[in-house]
Amino acid sequence: MGTYVPSVELIARVQAGEPAAIGRLMSRAESGMAEAREALVRIHKLAGRAQVVGITGVPGSGKSTLVGKLARNLRTSGSKVGIIAVDPSSPYSGGSILGDRIRMSDLGTDPGIYIRSMATRGATGGMARAALEAVDILDAAGFGVVILETVGVGQDEVEIVRASHTTVVVSAPGLGDDIQAIKAGLLEIADIHVVSKCDRSDANRTLTDLKQMLMLGMREHKPADWTVPVIGTSAVSGEGLDELSDAIVRHHDVTSASDAGRAQRKSMAEFRLRKTAENLLFDRFVETTAAASGKLAERLMRRESDPYTLAEELLAATLAKEDDNERDVHSKIA
Amino acid sequence: MSQPIRVLLAKVGLDGHDRGIKIVARALRDAGMDVIYTGLHRSPEEVVIAAVQEDVDVLGVSLLSGVQMTVFPKIFELLQTNGADDMIVVAGGVMPDEDVAELKKMGVNEVLLQDTPPQTIIDTLTRLVEERGAR
Repeated sequence: MGTYVPSVELIARVQAGEPAAIGRLMSRAESGMAEAREALVRIHKLAGRAQVVGITGVPGSGKSTLVGKLARNLRTSGSKVGIIAVDPSSPYSGGSILGDRIRMSDLGTDPGIYIRSMATRGATGGMARAALEAVDILDAAGFGVVILETVGVGQDEVEIVRASHTTVVVSAPGLGDDIQAIKAGLLEIADIHVVSKCDRSDANRTLTDLKQMLMLGMREHKPADWTVPVIGTSAVSGEGLDELSDAIVRHHDVTSASDAGRAQRKSMAEFRLRKTAENLLFDRFVETTAAASGKLAERLMRRESDPYTLAEELLAATLAKEDDNERDVHSKIA
Repeated sequence: MSQPIRVLLAKVGLDGHDRGIKIVARALRDAGMDVIYTGLHRSPEEVVIAAVQEDVDVLGVSLLSGVQMTVFPKIFELLQTNGADDMIVVAGGVMPDEDVAELKKMGVNEVLLQDTPPQTIIDTLTRLVEERGAR
């Protein structure tokens, strides 16, 4: 690209599906730079057509491999498939090894598939902070399905359900029993359950545990006209992949017209709004407290004051800036 | 906010030796970079497409099979056609001195041969990205 291209000038090229422009705008979204804001606002207006499919599960459950196979399967229906694959950042160096692509290497050079790896960079919930911006960019570039693959999660990272139209939870055989299956958290959020590695002999046990778990519940969080399927897949034999693609398409059809689907889209919008506000607030917090926190920590260490009083003092700068901004906004309105 | 340097490390062609590249990947990670590793046996097309989609600052290609004079011209051609000619390209591995000179003429920003200490690799990539400036 040579010289610096302003972000708004990338929009038309993103819409034309140009990989270099898509990649560059994603990098700028990820950096949180102010220059990209206007472009992302416009991209958001252009987006809103893609079906976002969240894929989550414990580390090593085979999410990336499944995503690779699934993307290829979904491609046969003609729609372009975008993939956002999140891997963890190091808590020590901030660096990362993003290895999801290795599992998707048989996707080769199909121009209808776009894979972007993202590091969590301190974000919690299993996603990267700019993941939703990246989804918008792929959406605006004409990708009909965007797969959002979380980091390998524990039992409790369930933000993905509020970022996707359809949530797929991947379980691997041999990791737990029927009690594990009725615990709260991750397993509750699935629109579709997948048991991966079904070529293994203990997979049937996991399939049964999940099916029985679903029969115990009232399913009040899910649409009445949707029965959560439990699908066994094998990346080795290809078993279950057609069934999974069909279930994803069917879920989209069922939810796009129903009240439950509307409620889900509202919940996604609310999540996006709150998350964006949270990020803005957090940035401001980091910026306004950087100078004072060392000194206040010293006072806490010497026990000259208590954590609550000092935290209030630390927050004062952030809140003061809030007031300034509010005044600005009000004066502009007036 | 300072961004981690993004690096894509690739092994191209019939070369099954990836111990070295994994050590490099680990060193760069520990220096705070985001490292995307493609795995073994990739084609130049796959590597360039991945590097463009990932919008990396640095594309690092490791070769221990002696095919550098075939692979790198192809990579530069593909970067050009994909509108990514501002990408920093670094070669690593074992190769003769005359090839190193040729590669640099071709546009390879730096050639890091065997026995290069990890810290030198980190410093080199950091310097190259700084020199390039904002993009």
